[in-house]
Amino acid sequence: MKTYLEKTYIIFDRELKGYFRTPLASIFLLVFLALSSGMTFFLGRFFERDQADLTAFFAWHPWLFLILMPAIGMRLWAEERRSGTIELLITLPVTNMQLVIGKFLASWIFTLIALILTMPIWVTVNYLGDPDNNVILISYIGSWLMAGAFLALTSCLSALTKNQVIAFIISSISGFVLIMAGFNLVLSSVRSWTPTWVTETVGSMSFLSHFSRIQMGVFDLRTFIFFVSMIILCIWINVQLVQIKKAD
Amino acid sequence: MSSKLVDAKNLKKSFGEFVAVDNIDLSVQRGEVVGFLGPNGAGKSTTMKMLTGFLEPDSGDILINDIDLKSEPLKAKEFIGYLPEGAPSYSDMDVSEFLSFIGKMRGLNKKLLTTRLDEMAIQISLKEVWNKPIETLSKGFKRRVGIAQALIHDPDILILDEPTDGLDPNQKHEMRNLIKTISKNKAIVISTHILEEVEAVCSRAMIIADGKLLANETPANLEKQFANKDIISIKVFNKINAVLAKNLKSSINYGEVKIEKLDKDTNIIFVSDDKKTPELNAVLKQVNKFKLNIIEASFVKSNLEEIFRKITTTNASS
Repeated sequence: MKTYLEKTYIIFDRELKGYFRTPLASIFLLVFLALSSGMTFFLGRFFERDQADLTAFFAWHPWLFLILMPAIGMRLWAEERRSGTIELLITLPVTNMQLVIGKFLASWIFTLIALILTMPIWVTVNYLGDPDNNVILISYIGSWLMAGAFLALTSCLSALTKNQVIAFIISSISGFVLIMAGFNLVLSSVRSWTPTWVTETVGSMSFLSHFSRIQMGVFDLRTFIFFVSMIILCIWINVQLVQIKKAD
Repeated sequence: MSSKLVDAKNLKKSFGEFVAVDNIDLSVQRGEVVGFLGPNGAGKSTTMKMLTGFLEPDSGDILINDIDLKSEPLKAKEFIGYLPEGAPSYSDMDVSEFLSFIGKMRGLNKKLLTTRLDEMAIQISLKEVWNKPIETLSKGFKRRVGIAQALIHDPDILILDEPTDGLDPNQKHEMRNLIKTISKNKAIVISTHILEEVEAVCSRAMIIADGKLLANETPANLEKQFANKDIISIKVFNKINAVLAKNLKSSINYGEVKIEKLDKDTNIIFVSDDKKTPELNAVLKQVNKFKLNIIEASFVKSNLEEIFRKITTTNASS
């Protein structure tokens, strides 16, 4: 078990450091901070709302993640396949599961760093008023879990192609469908040709409705389970895809 | 415990309709360097990918140091060092970082890793690029980094897919010396399409084409087996007309006599025989009878290159 975790950690460590080896990490963090605060203050009208909460901040996260998570995760497997390093990885004495988890965790922790860097906004709102900090904490956790689901999905889809741009596009499109799953736009296209339970299942997968519940400070266990199982499912599919597509 | 470090039987692999590897047996003992020879697309890389556990064979078994690769892949992989085709590596990492990443993944502890890294820096001559990002290195250095990562855990088995591809002649020479030096207590499989490489470093040559194993011999044995492909060539400063040609052919008592016109006054007589090696002395005696002006006479020993061409083209076309 010890070596199992150790090797997963070595993969994680290489991958996380990989983000900072290029300007990618700093550019991403800058863009994330600029967009998240820009949306909060300008589109979310943080000051005009005159309320001491971070609703205006978190409300934009699903849409931000829709673009930014594929940008972080697109290279995870596509790049390994393009450069041929996947052959090195797979011939090392590790399982595909260790590789997939190590890589996924690296991207997820990187997102955590990005979220932590937005904390001045939390401090600000405490300085200006008296917000419910529990709600904010739960929202942060929910946001990070949602980011994880987006990343796991991206990682999984990036194993399908050697091209990072294609990985980015299919991940964004799939992410969009998942965000909108509770809305008529998606549901109406499913409703006409599937049984009701399928429509209901699709509807219950909406990232947006799950996240908006968290945002209201409702600690809904189902929502947490939803995002966690989404992550686990994608990781499992990711392992299968790596196995199937490795030599293509 | 068998002495075979690699023992593969009846390996088969198809990609859709295309049969890449067709029933190949391969075994390598400690101290052996097996040269895997074949035209491009013959199935060399696919076979190597199966031996290293990257690809699963459709059928057949692979034992690595007596461990079944299919049922205990993690244990078996520990014994193998592998240089994939094109020597891929993480180009954004420094040489030292990359090698220590692979070393850690190979389970080396801190102390051993430090020792091995130092050894690699010297043995593979990587000192001058040690702290440089791999993407800035020349092709030769990149290839060396690839060799170093395959050697970092001092494996019993080394599988090197075209280790000298893209290297300049000096680097090739160095690489071959390196392979020879480390081969004493390892089982090594290298793939190549350069024949002199096989003659230089390999104790056994396996020739494959179209996924099939066509020959499995020491380079010397291969040459012996095909020695009857040796050719005598005699250049003469004479015009040779049809009658003279006919007489020459009948008096030279060997299987095949060909006369080729080089220019107006010069001709070359080629003599070969499928069954026995022609003797230069005997042929010259016959030619002299016709009072020809011999400018040059030579005995061309068939080399591995011709043997290779012969084996792979005949079998591919049949």
